[in-house]
Amino acid sequence: MKAAEQLIALQTMTIRETRRFLRIWTQTLLPPVITMVLYFVIFGSLIGSRIGQMDGFNYADFVAPGLIMMAVITNSYSNVVSSFFGHKFQRHIEEILVSPTPNYIILAGFVSGGMARGLLVGLFVTITSVFFTDFQIQHPLIVLITVLLTSALFSVAGLINAVFAKTFDDISIVPTFILTPLTYLGGVFYSISLLSDFWQTVSQANPILYMVNAFRYGFLGISDINVTAALVIIFLFTLLLIVVALHLLKTGKNLRA
Amino acid sequence: MTAALSISNLSKTYNNGFEALKGIDLTVEQGDFFALLGPNGAGKSTTIGILCSLVRKSAGQVEVFGTDIDQNFPKAKQHIGIVPQEFNFNAWEKVFDIVVTQGGYYGMPLPLAKERAEKYLKKLGLWEKRDQSSRTLSGGMKRRLMIARALVHEPNLLILDEPTAGVDIELRRSMWEFLKEINAAGTTIILTTHYLEEAESLCRNVAIIDQGNIIRNSSVKSLLRELNKETFIIDFEEEFDSEPNLPGYQPKLVDTSSLEVVVEKGTPLNDLFRQLDAEGLHVRSMRNKSNRLEEMFVSMLDANKEKQQSDSQEQGA
Repeated sequence: MKAAEQLIALQTMTIRETRRFLRIWTQTLLPPVITMVLYFVIFGSLIGSRIGQMDGFNYADFVAPGLIMMAVITNSYSNVVSSFFGHKFQRHIEEILVSPTPNYIILAGFVSGGMARGLLVGLFVTITSVFFTDFQIQHPLIVLITVLLTSALFSVAGLINAVFAKTFDDISIVPTFILTPLTYLGGVFYSISLLSDFWQTVSQANPILYMVNAFRYGFLGISDINVTAALVIIFLFTLLLIVVALHLLKTGKNLRA
Repeated sequence: MTAALSISNLSKTYNNGFEALKGIDLTVEQGDFFALLGPNGAGKSTTIGILCSLVRKSAGQVEVFGTDIDQNFPKAKQHIGIVPQEFNFNAWEKVFDIVVTQGGYYGMPLPLAKERAEKYLKKLGLWEKRDQSSRTLSGGMKRRLMIARALVHEPNLLILDEPTAGVDIELRRSMWEFLKEINAAGTTIILTTHYLEEAESLCRNVAIIDQGNIIRNSSVKSLLRELNKETFIIDFEEEFDSEPNLPGYQPKLVDTSSLEVVVEKGTPLNDLFRQLDAEGLHVRSMRNKSNRLEEMFVSMLDANKEKQQSDSQEQGA
């Protein structure tokens, strides 16, 4: 397959994936915005005013980058896991598998859909947050790199989950029992400097901590950890998951008999 | 001329240990209309699955229009259009989008994919349904949609896995006409089917596969030439309680006014009619009991079964 043909295949998949989540926007785009409004009302206006300042910022400003990141992570992941598993379940994944489309384009196609949804939701949540916070973006490039890498990482992770999944339960186990706890414990709502040394060390094993802090640094200029190290770690995690996903597609795990 | 499909020593053993293919060899020439016949579980779908990469072969070599699938599967896939047995499209997607999207997976520019989608949806009588979601189509329409989707990149080799299963007679006939038309235009067609009448009326060559082995590979004509008897059903004006005396024709009562008779190859039917006349019977109508290829098919499978049993007994001894 020539490069131009591969590009068409990628474009086809991206359009198909984007059309899918736009078609069901009441399930994909609206709920995260409503959830974030509730977070801002509760943590910003109601509880936030009693908490006071966190790392020199009022609480609503402090949690805003983490909440945006949380929406990006959840939506990137759930878009790919549900779409890819849907393809498997209805067997129309075979439409792609019988075609000459190479595995890296298949991966890129699904990831582009996940990133499109993650970034669009991230944008909507950011616009929503403007009504509840007064933060300004300090380092736009860091914000951009972090959000792109994080969205890509969780889109790939969603595909890996979907490859292994055999039932609909299997696609909700990881988000419920792994992703949500890691996100909540990833410094979205607090600075890890509030934790004891032991729990600070434990927290550093949580990859989401690096994403939230790098993102917060981009917005507010503060971080619990070294931002360069955080970006390198996110990049390496993304690379690792891409290698795993390509290996699974190559071996045809749960896809080819 | 390079063969459309060349398979040598192809084997497949699934993870559960089931040996679906035991080293088959098969060649399909360009422009052929080829039938792959066999009972359920014989290895037909496994063979097709390997050709379209949904099943990984255990051993052997496959070439599609001279391209080895181990060397350049994407190039080989460009030659193949596949119509699977089960519906495998997005039930929520529109008919037109399904076909156009498939073109995209083959690297076709959007305007060309749309043009081809229109061409094949019109040919297959689905153009009026183009904006409907595929789940609203009838079973026959869904099958035709899969054919349109398989043709969008205009493959040289079209593989159909039981395309007319569950399709009514009228629609089956119209699909046959369509397949004959695209075969006449140069597309090589491989067909698996349970309807042996379909293979007999459409295909020039046939391979019979059973228990992972090809037990016969020849032209349909030469296969039928080997058939040494034919069974007829004859309807009479008279009614009778028992079989009339028809020496050499093994008459069996079908109902009170119909008989089943077996005619040996080379025996003129005049002799049968003379005997019927002598018995004072008047023939109202006459027809073949079953498809001729079906008889051959069943006898071959029986012979293969007996051979397998005797081989295993010899090994046991």
